[in-house]
Amino acid sequence: MRSRFIGYALGLSLAAFAAAGGRAAEAVSDGVVKVGILTDMSGIYADFTGRGSAVAAQIAIDEVGGKVLGAPVELVAADHQNKPDIAANLAREWFDQGKVDMIADFPTSSTALAVMEIARQKNRVTMLSAGVAMAAITDKCSPLSAQWMVNTAALAAGTAKALLRAGRTSWYFVTADYTFGHSLERDAAAVVEAGGGKVLGTSRHPFPGGDFSSYMLKAQATGAQVIALANAGADTINAIKQAAEYGIGRGDKQVIAPLLTYITDVRSLGLAKAEGMYLTEAFYWDFDARSRAFAETYFARTKRMPSASQAAVYSAVLSYLRAIEAAGTDEAGAVMAKLRTMTIDDAVIRNGRLRADGALVHDLLLLQVKKPSESKRDWDFYTVKAVLKGEDVYPKPSDACPLNARG
Amino acid sequence: MPDITLQSALAQVTIGLIAGCFYAMLSMGLAIIFGLLNIINFTHGAQFMMAAFLAWIGLTQVGPWLGMPEFQIGFWPALLVAPLCVAALGMAVERLLLRRLSHLDHLYGLLLTFGVALVTEGLFRHAYGVSGQGYEPPESLQGPVDVGFMLLPKYRVFVVGASLLICLSTWYAFERTRLGAYLRAGTENPRLLQAFGINVPLMITLAYGFGVALAGLAGVLAAPIMQVTPLMGGSILNIVFAVVVIGGLGSILGAMVTGLGLGLVEGVTKVVYPEASTVVIFVIMALVLLLRPAGLFGREA
Repeated sequence: MRSRFIGYALGLSLAAFAAAGGRAAEAVSDGVVKVGILTDMSGIYADFTGRGSAVAAQIAIDEVGGKVLGAPVELVAADHQNKPDIAANLAREWFDQGKVDMIADFPTSSTALAVMEIARQKNRVTMLSAGVAMAAITDKCSPLSAQWMVNTAALAAGTAKALLRAGRTSWYFVTADYTFGHSLERDAAAVVEAGGGKVLGTSRHPFPGGDFSSYMLKAQATGAQVIALANAGADTINAIKQAAEYGIGRGDKQVIAPLLTYITDVRSLGLAKAEGMYLTEAFYWDFDARSRAFAETYFARTKRMPSASQAAVYSAVLSYLRAIEAAGTDEAGAVMAKLRTMTIDDAVIRNGRLRADGALVHDLLLLQVKKPSESKRDWDFYTVKAVLKGEDVYPKPSDACPLNARG
Repeated sequence: MPDITLQSALAQVTIGLIAGCFYAMLSMGLAIIFGLLNIINFTHGAQFMMAAFLAWIGLTQVGPWLGMPEFQIGFWPALLVAPLCVAALGMAVERLLLRRLSHLDHLYGLLLTFGVALVTEGLFRHAYGVSGQGYEPPESLQGPVDVGFMLLPKYRVFVVGASLLICLSTWYAFERTRLGAYLRAGTENPRLLQAFGINVPLMITLAYGFGVALAGLAGVLAAPIMQVTPLMGGSILNIVFAVVVIGGLGSILGAMVTGLGLGLVEGVTKVVYPEASTVVIFVIMALVLLLRPAGLFGREA
């Protein structure tokens, strides 16, 4: 009898305690905001995303004090091995059992596209800080997804427009022979032709490429003013390195323009080989005081400077948490609606506005690689040639995305 | 079809030959290992990669490790040291692992070497990332040399010379010397050779080591041309296997000749129809297997 009474009392007080705790975070489902990072921890994109992406997300979480609306913010990260099926399984598990509210990163677009669909069914958010495929904001667009850094069309347009303005009108493409390369080439060629330039030819090399001397020599022989590289990672690096051996792209007659390059690629290549190249990036750590402050925090934890992708993870997570705070709930639809009304302006993203189709339109940077003699320290690689306004480089909303047709 | 001048055609042929040199050296190593040990050595790509990494480590890492930032193991010593290290590791693998499988179907050896390759590549990826490390050729080989129809990097000229020398002397050692005769006899009838008082197991270990050293040498030579990355071996290995099959499994002469020839074919394809440049070798492989199942230089069993 007595023991039963104590049991009741204990139960009651526990219930009261739970209710009090519940009130503090009543707007947050499951009492916790959980951010997931699906990334490449061991494969070919691990250097510019990977563990560094998780660190960047943690910096954003620390910046809001580890809490939104009184609920703790937690981080989980996993290797999706660049495989859509693995990414989809992880995401399902995270959504169903792991209380994960938002997943970011996705260095391989195919993994992002797989998870975007699941997230939409389960009413959760995806933020592509690394995936750059156009499909995410065109035919596969989702109201609960945002492409937080760039897309292939914006990257291509950034570099192409700047070079056209400098009078470089004849182009030759060296393109990785798969979807990504083709779309990058198509987007850039469209900009070149619309700007009065001419495409003299294309070499579509198998992926991965290995020895690029043949293609680069062929490109040189056409006399094109720009040799544009529509490939990525090791392919880009090898193409530039081998071109340098033959003296291609040196001097001012012909320039090499890699359409997708990360700072880690330039570091791996070395300034002596990369000097003079033009490229477009969403973020450069040494841009101004705000970007440097974030970069130093990141550097203190990793001994490396953040790549544009890693920086974009930080911005995506920070903006997501701020949107929850502003919306007063972590319900996916409400958070995304709030994000669309906000101006995104932080250490990484400037003058950002989230469109209905999920494209984050913001300023990009046109960069030129420094000469070795101009570089004062490791990671001091670029001269900022221009800040490209988002409206000038991002493609118009596509009719293929039903979200655009509606509004 | 693009209009091609004689000059650019010659330039492309030269580039094809340079690629062919790597194929020849790598496939010779594979052919020797297959011929003597009956093992399809899937570790070959990883061994190629490892030697390139060792060269890079010697140049940039060893000094700081020893607390002497100025100290470097340069390209020339690396050309000897790195292949020897990789060969020693290879021989350890042969002694400790491969030997235990020698009485089984050679499928087991294939799977084992495949596993060793995956582990090796994984370790290097974990330690050094995937973007790759740059490696400069030695100062005496930097800059171009004018060969009439093009400016050819001196270093590539050196690679062609060095690898032709290595290939020819390997071929001579195996086909024209007494040691080579023993080795060939060892593959035909190891028991008989043992009866003549020759230490066949030791011979086999050394032969494996030699095949691996050839891969290592190719790796060091490749370091200044390609980025040194954990992935560099895997991508070249597919082609090299096709070269060995076309040349005839185990045929050393076949490996050399088809290596150079296919480099050339691939180079020309890259100009005429680049999309097909990796496929063309496999198309040739299919045709050769149809018409001469033992390969161009293979002996019909």
